[in-house]
Amino acid sequence: MPDEKIVEEIVRRYDGEIGMLIPMMQDLQAACGYLPVDQLKRLAERLEVPLSRLYAVATFYTSFRLAPKGQHEVTLCVGTVCHLKGAGAISEMIREEFQVEAGGTTADGLFSFQPVNCVGACAVAPVMIVDGKYYDGVSKDSAMKILRGLPLAEAVAGGEGKP
Amino acid sequence: MTVLETKRLAGPADLEQWRGDLRQAAGRITKRVRICLGPGCVAKGAAALYDRFREAVEKSGADVEIQTKCVGCHGLCACGPIVIVEPGEIFYQQVEEPDVAEIFRETVLSGRLVERLLYQHPVTGQKVKTADEIPFYQSQRRIALAGNGFLDPVMLEDYLRIGGYTALAKALTGMTPEEVLLTVEKSGLRGRGGGGFPTGRKWRSCREAHGQPKYVICNGDEGDPGAFMDRVVMEGNPHAVLEGMILGAYAIGSHDGYIYVRNEYPLSVERLKHAIVQARDAGLLGRNILGTDFSFDIRINRGGGAFVCGESTALMASLEGRPGEPRAKYVHTVEHGLWDKPSNLNNVETWANVPAIINNGAAWFAAIGTAKSKGTKVFSLVGEVVNTGLIEVPMGMTLRQIIFDLGGGVKGGRAFKAVQTGGPSGGCIPARYLDAPVDFDELTKLGSMMGSGGMIVMSEDTCMVNIARYFTHFLMDESCGKCTPCREGLAQMLAILDRITHGDGRPGDVEKLETMAGILEGAALCALGKTAANPVMSTIRYFRAEYDAHILQQRCPAKQCRGLFRYQISVEKCKACGLCRKHCPVEAIAGAKKTPHVIDQQKCTRCGMCLEKCPFDAVLKV
Repeated sequence: MPDEKIVEEIVRRYDGEIGMLIPMMQDLQAACGYLPVDQLKRLAERLEVPLSRLYAVATFYTSFRLAPKGQHEVTLCVGTVCHLKGAGAISEMIREEFQVEAGGTTADGLFSFQPVNCVGACAVAPVMIVDGKYYDGVSKDSAMKILRGLPLAEAVAGGEGKP
Repeated sequence: MTVLETKRLAGPADLEQWRGDLRQAAGRITKRVRICLGPGCVAKGAAALYDRFREAVEKSGADVEIQTKCVGCHGLCACGPIVIVEPGEIFYQQVEEPDVAEIFRETVLSGRLVERLLYQHPVTGQKVKTADEIPFYQSQRRIALAGNGFLDPVMLEDYLRIGGYTALAKALTGMTPEEVLLTVEKSGLRGRGGGGFPTGRKWRSCREAHGQPKYVICNGDEGDPGAFMDRVVMEGNPHAVLEGMILGAYAIGSHDGYIYVRNEYPLSVERLKHAIVQARDAGLLGRNILGTDFSFDIRINRGGGAFVCGESTALMASLEGRPGEPRAKYVHTVEHGLWDKPSNLNNVETWANVPAIINNGAAWFAAIGTAKSKGTKVFSLVGEVVNTGLIEVPMGMTLRQIIFDLGGGVKGGRAFKAVQTGGPSGGCIPARYLDAPVDFDELTKLGSMMGSGGMIVMSEDTCMVNIARYFTHFLMDESCGKCTPCREGLAQMLAILDRITHGDGRPGDVEKLETMAGILEGAALCALGKTAANPVMSTIRYFRAEYDAHILQQRCPAKQCRGLFRYQISVEKCKACGLCRKHCPVEAIAGAKKTPHVIDQQKCTRCGMCLEKCPFDAVLKV
């Protein structure tokens, strides 16, 4: 879909109802991989609300991203049970080894890293999710092995790629 | 199985006719394999099992009909993936892909048992055949989870077969809204989301409030880490939630419903969306439900990943497309809620209890549980417990029964230290209160709370100061920042807890924490802030000695806080393999072939690498 049409289609989907702002922004993010600023401006204009209103929502909720995401999505559960079973150390190791911030993307665009507060699979903690696939009972070693094995597609290297 | 077309039901007679047909069709199938696709089992590869069983059925060319079925979480996640074979309800645990062929050949086709996949009774040591013989299941009583493990969550037909939407038909054609409301009031049902507010009273306030339209909201923003009850209900039996909401809407006089599901549960959203479409197509939701004058529809909103949105006023702000900031409680949401209209919000598990109450009556429900907490409660039993999983037990069962009889005690034979209930707003309950009955009021007395039902078991190896620090950090991160006590207070409390766990605590720190906790409780705007100090307060109350050891002796008794204990190599156990020496990042380990290795405590950074790498358990924490 051409860039100009994305916002138009999303607004139409929700009848332009401001109460559905969060679902609209979620759809926008699903379409673009993140929330590009020109699209946000377009959405704000279309809904006749100030851009700051959208920015407030985008920065309040952790699931919104204002920068492109990596080729792979790595979610690490750091809920209580995972914490008890060593998720903190795994998180620390990933951040150090790949030089990636929580919520950020590796320099080569390989993956985005998001520690989250409980994915509801506590019985098999610690849990890491890579591109939607659950890995149960991960350790520092097994997590590293999984992440090192992620393929990097050359064409979109550099973190510019859209999924 | 014969696929029966979804039809639009013109009335209760249609519904019963359809149900009868479905039961007859299902009765013709004698062989059935049910594969648990709960979150635990899926993480262990259960989805592939389903595919393998399907293939086995196709290849076998058996002359009888064999059905493979995905079902919602069965409960005993520790033993997953779980597969049940009918007839006989044979319970197989820890099933892996290579086992499928054998189960299919032996049990499904020939009716013989595969001994090695059966559950071993922890006391008698005997292999048992069915879930009913397993202690984990024996003391449970399932209402909200009644359909889990039996029905395929994407099949409306399955829900109808086990009696789904009978309560709705009964209410719409035989009861006035007032009668439905009275039944819920008399049942004594209290909100399962944490607060324990009487559900019937909330409904009545909303019904009597002025203003139209009225909204009915389901809170599926299950944010407490360590809790996954609501996830399992939404994903395992979504129609039960819908039926509960429709009944509530009928009693309250609402035509618009919302389900707010947290962003981390994409499958819950998918299941609920699917169920809503099915219910609409069947005439069980939408305009003129079951041919009556009553209309009600539901839509789903996905959260954005903010814990505070589990709070009712924050959730409503989020539904309005704004940042999820709570507001002061003196304006009641039942009068001025979503879009300033009367709004009734209940949690997923609360809604799932409603159909059973309407079906069986208030007296039936009120006979279960304790004097002031009626019915059952679903708990996620997790942490250092043997049988991790999901349980539903009558209110009033003691912590000891739950953790030791059902849960099988602490993993690895270690000593029990505490159980954390109520999520980040709850507290840690020590061993001496193990015989306390679990209900809303008893847990509050102990300085914790029921919360949504997370129950995290902690062993002697868990540092209570560290766990208080963890929750405070969590809450500081999740504080919306609207009110000062929560935004600033938690940051200050965390700074103190940080220095205590790093060995830099000062005398008087505990008293400072207590003072700030008092201010937080009194001055914070919402329930999240008011209860935010509970983890700190309950650990100070029950485990003061651990705080003192950290502060006065720079020692962590649980040997968890880095720097507050040492690593040492046991001369007897060390086989001089050199692995620890090779992996030590700061070359703090000395040793040669055939000489036990030694750690230079001056150089050691307490990273723990040697302990991880030692194949002989020779590295000790002291």
